[in-house]
Amino acid sequence: MSTAPPHSEPLLEIVDLVSEFTTDHGPLKAVDGVSLTVTRGGTLGIVGESGCGKSVLAMSIMGLLPDPPGRIRRGVIRFDGQDLRKLEPVELRRMRGNRIAMIFQEPMSSLNPVYTVGQQITEAMRLHQRLSAQQARKKAIELLQRVGIPAAETRIDAYPYELSGGMRQRVMIAMAISCEPDLLIADEPTTALDVTIQAQILQLLANLQEERGMSIIMITHDLGVIAEFVDEVLVMYAGKAVERSKTVDLFETPQHPYTRGLLASVPRDVRRTSAGRVRLPTIEGVVPDLRDLKEGCRFRDRCPDAMARCAESEPPFEEITPGRWAACYYPGQPDPNQARPAAGAGE
Amino acid sequence: MSTPLLSVRDLSTHFPVRKGLFGRGTQVVRAVDGITFELPHGETLGLVGESGCGKSTLGRTVLRLLSPTSGHIEFEGTDITHMPQADLRPLRRRMQIVFQDPFGSLNPRMTVRAAIGEAMRIHRLASGPEDERKRVAALMERVGLRPDTMERYPHEFSGGQRQRIGIARALAVEPKLIVADEPVSALDVSIQAQIVNLLMDLQDDLGIGFLFIAHDLKVVEHVSHRVAVMYLGRIVELASSEALVGDPKHPYTRALLAAVPEARPRAKREKRRLLTGDVPSPIAPPPGCPFHPRCPIAEPDRCAREVPRLRALADGRQVACHLADEGHASDA
Ligand SMILES: Nc1ncnc2c1ncn2[C@@H]1O[C@H](COP(=O)(O)OP(=O)(O)OP(=O)(O)O)[C@@H](O)[C@H]1O
Ligand SMILES: Nc1ncnc2c1ncn2[C@@H]1O[C@H](COP(=O)(O)OP(=O)(O)OP(=O)(O)O)[C@@H](O)[C@H]1O
Ligand SMILES: [Mg+2]
Ligand SMILES: [Mg+2]
Repeated sequence: MSTAPPHSEPLLEIVDLVSEFTTDHGPLKAVDGVSLTVTRGGTLGIVGESGCGKSVLAMSIMGLLPDPPGRIRRGVIRFDGQDLRKLEPVELRRMRGNRIAMIFQEPMSSLNPVYTVGQQITEAMRLHQRLSAQQARKKAIELLQRVGIPAAETRIDAYPYELSGGMRQRVMIAMAISCEPDLLIADEPTTALDVTIQAQILQLLANLQEERGMSIIMITHDLGVIAEFVDEVLVMYAGKAVERSKTVDLFETPQHPYTRGLLASVPRDVRRTSAGRVRLPTIEGVVPDLRDLKEGCRFRDRCPDAMARCAESEPPFEEITPGRWAACYYPGQPDPNQARPAAGAGE
Repeated sequence: MSTPLLSVRDLSTHFPVRKGLFGRGTQVVRAVDGITFELPHGETLGLVGESGCGKSTLGRTVLRLLSPTSGHIEFEGTDITHMPQADLRPLRRRMQIVFQDPFGSLNPRMTVRAAIGEAMRIHRLASGPEDERKRVAALMERVGLRPDTMERYPHEFSGGQRQRIGIARALAVEPKLIVADEPVSALDVSIQAQIVNLLMDLQDDLGIGFLFIAHDLKVVEHVSHRVAVMYLGRIVELASSEALVGDPKHPYTRALLAAVPEARPRAKREKRRLLTGDVPSPIAPPPGCPFHPRCPIAEPDRCAREVPRLRALADGRQVACHLADEGHASDA
């Protein structure tokens, strides 16, 4: 056991990570040179368009990228001073579930349909902690209660298909926190939860964070969750980090035009008018084909502020003011509160 | 009055619960417990409520993907409550579902093209393979997927991309009714907006009726003509979306609206009034009003004993609360 490094050192540091898939049409870089840090006890939020590489990034940290067709091409994933990419499979497995845990985006794809939820939670616990079957069951019931599952003593014997979508998601959360990890990677952990239970779950995570100094990576498309729960946000677009800021700054003065478009798409008080329903603003256009990228900025086809220079070379991800990074030649230009009108979406 | 697209009367769906691993219990989960509503052609009824309150079960039961325990379901005037599956098959084209769990509902061995084209083939909607390919490509584009990815398998897509495959599949057969179970929950706000716009356009063009289940109240408010709020298997409030959001009458509806996180930092957690108390169990629901143990205004006597019936207030909304104040209802 090494002694704990000084407090200022981040718990997780990722440098220039590239993860790609082999496809029939050539390699696809789902994560293309992303760097990030997560402080001890801190929370980093990750947002970005559907398909931009958030889950692949999370799976890469966990060492769970399906290989083949996926693999990490380069980069460093340093967790508590150790390079996870250099660990033996056994060591990595011990790390996973014990010190690093993940809440997967689709509960049904990670819960085993032929075992009860109780069997699955207790198995995870008994693998990493010395508990008798009875102790583990008792602890599992407690965990199910903490995530707000009613009649937990009965429901512990249910199979996944007998639970609602949100209950399955909460079973995943219970499993992830059962081993008291140092880092929790939560991939869309509250998508299937109503606002009251969502608030309860976020409170639970905040408590764990306070009690035990757990660090969290919170991947979510819910900007309300971002606003309330995270300290710092990383915005991704088409495999790349395009902005990183403290949460308040991100909402008040978004630097990257993709971030501005995203914030403008939040359904605010768009009430229906007497003339009919109002269309929601969107970011026009579609993401580029990741297997066939052109020169220049990958957002430029959809960018309302693109200039000639944006077609020439890819803007680097740079610190533009202290503590704020963006990958844009013209960061922070228009008025962030001005919503762009929507037109033929996605065409 | 014209026949509604969907009419549901006193519908219940109960599931048996096992006691222990192998036991056969006599207990039941009252997932849907006496629900009545109508959905006119071309309208959207939003359905919201706490996780586990029975929304998906209701959605699947009205499409007869689950068998009801009791009650009646009419689709375009035809009683389908007990219709054999074979007779339901020709109706299936007109009623579709977007499942809450996209991964579990897509066949892992079918390419996206085959998955979206399957229903078109079954119902002979395409004139040949080339026409089918074109239609699949057009649908993929409308939901924001690149048509050049149509020969890929579900696992090669992201969560939100898979969700949109499910939407494209439901739209492929141009149905009259779509039960959309959390159809945009895995999507970032911009794509979510794009899908919501698409669904509303299709509704205007084709007169599709939606039962729209979602947790995001802002989205529900936006797309729905009316919204039903469920609690423990029952509807506790049903009103136009303006009335429901602007002036909620049921204390549970109020609690739900108060818990919406704002997409604005500094609107911190502690400012929200959160619902407290344990979520009651649908296996042993509390007596009287199912919400009374958590209700901030419950009267110890009446609310703990007497089940409130869903009743109409002056403004036309329905609410199941003994104390919902009539006086305020006609303010507007
Ligand atoms: N097994 C795979 N083979 C090929 N491509 C893949 C595979 N898994 C993911 N991809 C691609 O990698 C990209 C990133 O996917 P990822 O799941 O990380 O997106 P995401 O940001 O999590 O999106 P969402 O918000 O929709 O969940 C997508 O374009 C996806 O199609
Ligand atoms: N096949 C089944 N067997 C036993 N119980 C079931 C079954 N399907 C659902 N239930 C139970 O019925 C209740 C309602 O579940 P349902 O999936 O309808 O909830 P929901 O409102 O859709 O919740 P969520 O928002 O979490 O998706 C839950 O208590 C669930 O455990
Ligand atoms: Mg994902
Ligand atoms: Mg559900």
